[in-house]
Amino acid sequence: MSGGDSQAHSMVGGGPELDLRRKPRFTETIIRVFLFLCGAISILTTVGIVFVLGRESLLFFANEEVNLLKFFGETEWQPAIGWFGIWPLITATFMVSVIAMLVALPLGLFIAIYLSEYAGQRARSIVKPILEVLAGIPTVVYGYFALTLMTPLLRTMLGRDLVEIYNTASAGIVVGILVIPLVSSMSEDALSAVPGSLRQASYGLGATRLETALRIVLPAALSGVAAAFIVAISRAIGETMIVAIAAGAGPNFTFSPFQAAETMTGHIVRISGGDLSYDSIDYNSIFAIGLMLFLMTLGLNFLSQWIVRRFREEYE
Amino acid sequence: MTIAIERPTQAQIGSSGASANGNGRYAIEADAMSVFYGDFCAVREVRMKVPTNKITAIIGPSGCGKSTVLRCFNRMNDLIAGARIEGEVLFQGHNIYDAEVDPVEVRRRIGMVFQKANPFPKSIYENVAWGTRINGFRGDMDEMVERALRSAALWEEVKDKLQQSALGLSGGQQQRLCIARAIAVEPEIILMDEPASALDPIATLRIEDLMKELSEKYTIIVVTHNMQQAARISDFTAFFSVDDNRSGHLIEFDDTEKVFTNPGQKSTEDYITGRFG
Amino acid sequence: MMALQSSQRASDPAAGFMPSGETYHGQVRTRRRRGRVWALIFQAAMLSGVIALCALLLSIVNRSFGYVAIVNEIDPAELAVDGVPLNELPKEKLVPILEANISSGLMRRYEHDMPFAERSRENVHGLILERVVEPQVEASWGLFDSVFARGSIMAEAEERFPGSEVYFRSWLTASFISKSQSSEPLRTGVRTAIFGSLWVVFITIVFSFPVGVGAAIYLEEYAHKERFLNRLIQTNINNLAGVPSIIYGMLGLAIFVRIMEFVTSGAFLSGGDTTANGRTIISAGLTLGLLILPLIIINGQEAIRAVPSSLRQAGFGLGATHWQVIWHHVLPSAMPGVLTGTILAVSRAIGETAPLVVVGASTFIAMDPNGPFSKFTVLPIQIYQWTSRPQDEFRNLAAAAILVLLVILLALNASAVLLRNRFNRNRANA
Ligand SMILES: Nc1ncnc2c1ncn2[C@@H]1O[C@H](COP(=O)(O)OP(=O)(O)OP(=O)(O)O)[C@@H](O)[C@H]1O
Ligand SMILES: [Mg+2]
Repeated sequence: MSGGDSQAHSMVGGGPELDLRRKPRFTETIIRVFLFLCGAISILTTVGIVFVLGRESLLFFANEEVNLLKFFGETEWQPAIGWFGIWPLITATFMVSVIAMLVALPLGLFIAIYLSEYAGQRARSIVKPILEVLAGIPTVVYGYFALTLMTPLLRTMLGRDLVEIYNTASAGIVVGILVIPLVSSMSEDALSAVPGSLRQASYGLGATRLETALRIVLPAALSGVAAAFIVAISRAIGETMIVAIAAGAGPNFTFSPFQAAETMTGHIVRISGGDLSYDSIDYNSIFAIGLMLFLMTLGLNFLSQWIVRRFREEYE
Repeated sequence: MTIAIERPTQAQIGSSGASANGNGRYAIEADAMSVFYGDFCAVREVRMKVPTNKITAIIGPSGCGKSTVLRCFNRMNDLIAGARIEGEVLFQGHNIYDAEVDPVEVRRRIGMVFQKANPFPKSIYENVAWGTRINGFRGDMDEMVERALRSAALWEEVKDKLQQSALGLSGGQQQRLCIARAIAVEPEIILMDEPASALDPIATLRIEDLMKELSEKYTIIVVTHNMQQAARISDFTAFFSVDDNRSGHLIEFDDTEKVFTNPGQKSTEDYITGRFG
Repeated sequence: MMALQSSQRASDPAAGFMPSGETYHGQVRTRRRRGRVWALIFQAAMLSGVIALCALLLSIVNRSFGYVAIVNEIDPAELAVDGVPLNELPKEKLVPILEANISSGLMRRYEHDMPFAERSRENVHGLILERVVEPQVEASWGLFDSVFARGSIMAEAEERFPGSEVYFRSWLTASFISKSQSSEPLRTGVRTAIFGSLWVVFITIVFSFPVGVGAAIYLEEYAHKERFLNRLIQTNINNLAGVPSIIYGMLGLAIFVRIMEFVTSGAFLSGGDTTANGRTIISAGLTLGLLILPLIIINGQEAIRAVPSSLRQAGFGLGATHWQVIWHHVLPSAMPGVLTGTILAVSRAIGETAPLVVVGASTFIAMDPNGPFSKFTVLPIQIYQWTSRPQDEFRNLAAAAILVLLVILLALNASAVLLRNRFNRNRANA
């Protein structure tokens, strides 16, 4: 269009000069392609992760000393001297996650129930920012907290002989604190999505607030809460700095929460923090552990998404 | 406008064949136009020829597809995922649904005013100027803005606060601003979807007067729920209704006077006199 | 209740099982009591969150300030010349003191680094403190002990470290922020780490903001949701957000540090410098960029989705192209949300530690980074290293560095809030 005057002519009918055809718009096309590439980078990231972890893991298992039987059958992990049993790392990860969940699931769920069923505007306006701050603190700070406060606390409470300086209990508790905001905010979203009419129906039958919360609202929001729990587990398994600082260095096959033990993530950080030469067995081994970690967390994430989709309640 | 236009008088329903005459008698012609949302046929087999430089009102019960038909006239339905259209819509002899037609070109020539005023969250000036700027206008922008605002009967009210946010205007002023914005890009047709339904009677009256004025230069197609309004302002009236499948279709299209005093169809009469279910 | 019971009794064969009278009232009382107990439990859960936050912050503050016991190799008093104490001596008197107390080889090296003629008095004074006086931290105490148990600290220091100097020290000082890293806890600082963090985050933003917003626009505005590829991209992004950060570190290690070493080491600039390796700022920045990309995309999508469609229709109705509508109307409206999400994501990147350990932050580096191809350390890495040292004084340093990190994060979040408010105000009276 070129100004008003020329327009005034085409305004009165004039079929022949009207041209509605598409004209090539190069900028539009270029921008569109660029935007698509931006979206595609995420795919490339995933492909990259799978490729890198898979390739190095294959190299690891291609090593003649290593095989899957040893990997999953032995309980010592010292790649440098030929011990390739992944179990000590897995048990430590498991210990930390279980302890973390013992802390985070009840506390997170209770906070969510309180926020969605009990709290007034004022309480919410205080608690929510606090949870956001907790969620925003870097994990290395939590690691510091675990080592300098939680561990001494455990040691004075339970005895210095029982509790080692590095232990999975302290790390686990702090990982639990770390994921409380995650559990509470996801669970609260699920609880708040339950329609008010359901609560009114429950009150109308003479139920107390507690009975309404626990027997009506919570079951109705169960899929969302379950998804939150699973995401929390996945987060705890993948948490690194807290365990790297507070849980101990060196694989240890133990089920005592008060002994030092190294988790999968802690091991990866310690090994890669040193001077690591490419294509050494150490280098390849951390990728094999990384692959395990990736598959575990990915599986948990898929599970939580599946639960949400499968058991979603529609209240319309 | 000085060009004499032969006033089409008889009902246009069923007049078949695409007339690619482009002599300016008809601003837009729908031929066997059906619209689907997914599998649902919202509007079925519409045939109508909208005369140039007249006000055409579209009336009918809620859900009969008035807005849908209106959106088809400038390809706004392209923006709705799952919307699909069959048949032809001729604009000056060109089918705007031709594969090679660019909807952007169409919408520049066939403007639209929406039910709820939707000014951009920018200044009043910028609201009017934006459309012309993106379409490559290179004249005196201040003059153009003033002209558009005058045409929309808004100039006197806003001339001192052109740089203020358009969101600060009243609902009626906002709607007139949207009309000013639409006429600034000099379209040939202006589509209006219940432009006054959210306004009070006085603001409504001003919009109606404005439409009357604009109809000297533009073809206006307006959807309305208000019978009096349709009777007051329009030259032609199209009455839509729904069939048993909930698909809308055109019942009657004729001179407004005829539709309101001597409707050709029983259902039109029922609807106009308020006996419709 | 009574009415309900009687009407039920008439029709329901199970009637009579409904408790009534005193039984019922008793039950209600029990139920109410149970409700109160649980309400208390819920509140206690909330309180525990508050307590955790307070404990965390207090434990850090506690370690950042407090008494220290210092033992000097040579008492500064002995270095006084003609009764003028060391810290009042002019430079001309200080140089001979230094010369007299350190080896000639070291002296030559200092001269080589920077001639003494050009050095300032403070510089020479600092060298004397570092090399001659050599103060060593023997013990340090927390803030609370220092305030409430001052007496016993003094007694303990007297007994365990005779001849030590005990004074109250703030580990977070101006010189702690402005000095670069050193192996001496009393003289070290986080300057290198702060610059490292800023550089890394700069690269992260430059990469992830345009790409993230671009992807969000693509997914919300252009992508047909039914297409398999687009659904795959969306699912993939949601899953990437849940991948542990350390995995990104391994990705960065293998791709940026190793495979792309020629580029990320900067070798391509200097024509194949073989000593350089890929453990540089750009590798770290790109790694963190990939890490926060899903967060930026998901947040951006939400912000774009919240833009009312009437705005888009208005734009299209005037004959605008899709990109014109997006650029002029959708993006400006979505920007506050996009920026808030980006700042949150960037805060996450600033605090990330594990991926950077894997990518290979330097353990010791005293030179400010000078570009994307420098070696680097960042604040969280510095904190991690100090925390892992067993000595108390390094814990104090870690606490002080944590305070610096938290202040930076706080400033960022405050800026997010301010930014959002300003945007909203601007939009209201644009
Ligand atoms: N985006 C859409 N997706 C699916 N169905 C739609 C959509 N928009 C409209 N419809 C359906 O198409 C039919 C016609 O809708 P339309 O909005 O055109 O009616 P209308 O005559 O304008 O009604 P009203 O007077 O209430 O504005 C209705 O049955 C409606 O449910
Ligand atoms: Mg409508």
